[in-house]
Formats: sequence, C-alpha cells, structure tokens
Amino acid sequence: MERAQCIEVIYPELEDKLVVTIMGACAQELYNLGHRENFFYLQHAMGLASSIGLGLAMHLPEERVVVLDGDGSVLMNLGTLTTLARYRPKNLIHIIFDNRSLLSTGGFDSQTTAGITDLAQIAMGAGVEHVAMVETPLQFGEAVLEAFERNDLSVIVAEVLAVGPDDYGMDLELPENAFRFKRYIRERRQA
Amino acid sequence: MPVSYENSKIVFEGIKDAGIRSVSALPETWLGLLLQRAEDDPNVELIQVAKEEEAIGIAAGAYFAGDPHVLLMQNHGFLAAINGVVSLAQLYGIPLCMLIALRGHWGEPYPWHTRGGIVTEEVLRALSIPFEYARDPDKVGKQIHEAYTFSQSSLSPVALLLTRDLMED
Repeated sequence: MERAQCIEVIYPELEDKLVVTIMGACAQELYNLGHRENFFYLQHAMGLASSIGLGLAMHLPEERVVVLDGDGSVLMNLGTLTTLARYRPKNLIHIIFDNRSLLSTGGFDSQTTAGITDLAQIAMGAGVEHVAMVETPLQFGEAVLEAFERNDLSVIVAEVLAVGPDDYGMDLELPENAFRFKRYIRERRQA
Repeated sequence: MPVSYENSKIVFEGIKDAGIRSVSALPETWLGLLLQRAEDDPNVELIQVAKEEEAIGIAAGAYFAGDPHVLLMQNHGFLAAINGVVSLAQLYGIPLCMLIALRGHWGEPYPWHTRGGIVTEEVLRALSIPFEYARDPDKVGKQIHEAYTFSQSSLSPVALLLTRDLMED
C-alpha cells in the first residue's frame, strides 16, 4: 500500500485532531488533501515530530494528537519511543510509515530496508503497550480507529511503498504554519 | 565541591516565580537538586528526556499549547540538541528558554568537561542565541524571568548559563 492511501483513509478523522507530520513526502501528501489549521508540518529537524507530539499531548490532555512519522525520522531519535512509553499520554497516536527507504532525501536504503530492524519490536521493547503492524489501508484505518477508541498511547507501524508525490510545494511559509497552528490551539482552548 | 542546596532552591523558585510550571530536562550533577524539587512539586510537570534534542520538540509542543516551559540541560546536552534548536526553534520562530549548566569552565577539575565548556560561548554566538551568565543567587531569579520574557518577545532561543559560582558551594 501507499502512504498517500493511508493518509486519505484517515483524513476525515483528522479534522479535529492536532496533527504533526515529518518532512517531505508525508507532509506533502497530507497537504495535498487540503491544509487545515490543525496541521503542523515539521519540514526539518528529523526525529522531532514525535517529541512535538508528546509536548502537545502532555500539555493539552483534552486534545487528541496524531503524529505522522517515518522510519528514517524515527531512526534518528529512537530515544523518543522510550520517552513516549515513560509518560504514556493517553491522547497520542504515533503512526510510523515504514517505507524502508530514505525517500525524501534521495531514496537511499534505511536501516529497516532489508527487514533486519523491526520498528514495531523496538516500540514494544521501549515499553509501548499498544503497538500495531499493518499492511493494508483497511487494516490501517481499523488500527487508527481502535487507537482512538482505546484512549491510550498507541504506536502503529504501517508498511508502505517507497513512493511519494510527483510535485512538492506549499503555499505556507514555515513560521506562518507555526503561528497559525498555535493560534488554532489557543482559540480552541478559549472556546 | 558539592552542589549548592540553597542556590538550587533559589533557581527552582525563580522558575516558578516566572510563572513556569512545565520543565523538560536531562539530569546531570549540577541540576540534580533542582530536578528533585521539580519532581517533588505537585504543581510542576517534569519531563525527563533520553537525549536533549527531544526536549526541543517537547518545548515546541508546550509553546503551541500556550504553557510556559523551561529547558534544563548541561552544555554538552545543548551541543547535542543543536539541529533541533536551529531547524525547529529558529526556523519556525519558536521561543526556547534554556537554563544551561556551564560545565568545563573556570575551575573545572574534570578533563572530560573541558572541550565542551571552552566552545559553548562561541557556539551560542555563532547561532545568534542571546545568553547571560547566572553567578549571583540574588540576581538569578530576575535573570530567569528576563530570559523567559525575551524568548517570548523575540520568538528565539535564549540561554542562561548556570555557572560554578552559582551551582557549587
């Protein structure tokens, strides 16, 4: 399956969630479905999307937070899985799209390419109790819905093809994205 | 020299007086008594990370949430967090109020701290991160408040360097 299909399956569910994506293809595919003020695209600082998600989830217990991560980014910050497990925010879903490739930086092999490194096992070993591995869009959608219903920290590792969008570009400057994301949260808190 | 019990308390009270209730940290010797206080205080949320760069992301999350936050780290931890400081905080205009234990400087007996201590100031300058030294327990509370205020108005990382004069007896 393709990551874009997965994102499309859950897109309607993301309407009222705080969403943090990693750089490149993942960010673009979400943006292409239609930007919303509750989406934050981390276009650099690889590895920190899940840390932003943790900070959001711990400070906003009334909100649901969804992180769209990737194998290359998670491999740059494996410690994050241990910190997620330690603080276990109930309102955080950490989705890792494992395309077994560093697609957005040239398509080089990642440590997961040959199937030797298993990110789901790493998440479990870090102490995350709810870890799902999915291979089809249907499984993916069900796993995300289950995670929302469970109301506990959940990691979903989705095996996807190493393909991305044909074109890249957003009508959104990076600080503008941050300012608007913050404003969206503030207005929700005041409501 | 032992870590100053009194001054650790003063720094912690300074953090609270600045209206900050959320703290991220990676424990280290000079910060130990401070972190113990944060852990024991039911009104303060302490988030301990596995590596300091994580705390840059967590601080960004706290900022988006509208909650005042301070990062506690050793200068070597700051060096380990630089890409997050540059490519998250500075790139997106996200404030960071960093209290950094300045190890490896004047009076340092341990060789392993010295290289990091010698380069810390120049790295801060190279990154255009405003910094001040905290040496005097009578002034550190005000300095913390000012560091936080400046980080928010400048949408920038700001560093207050906790020196040996302050952190050891």
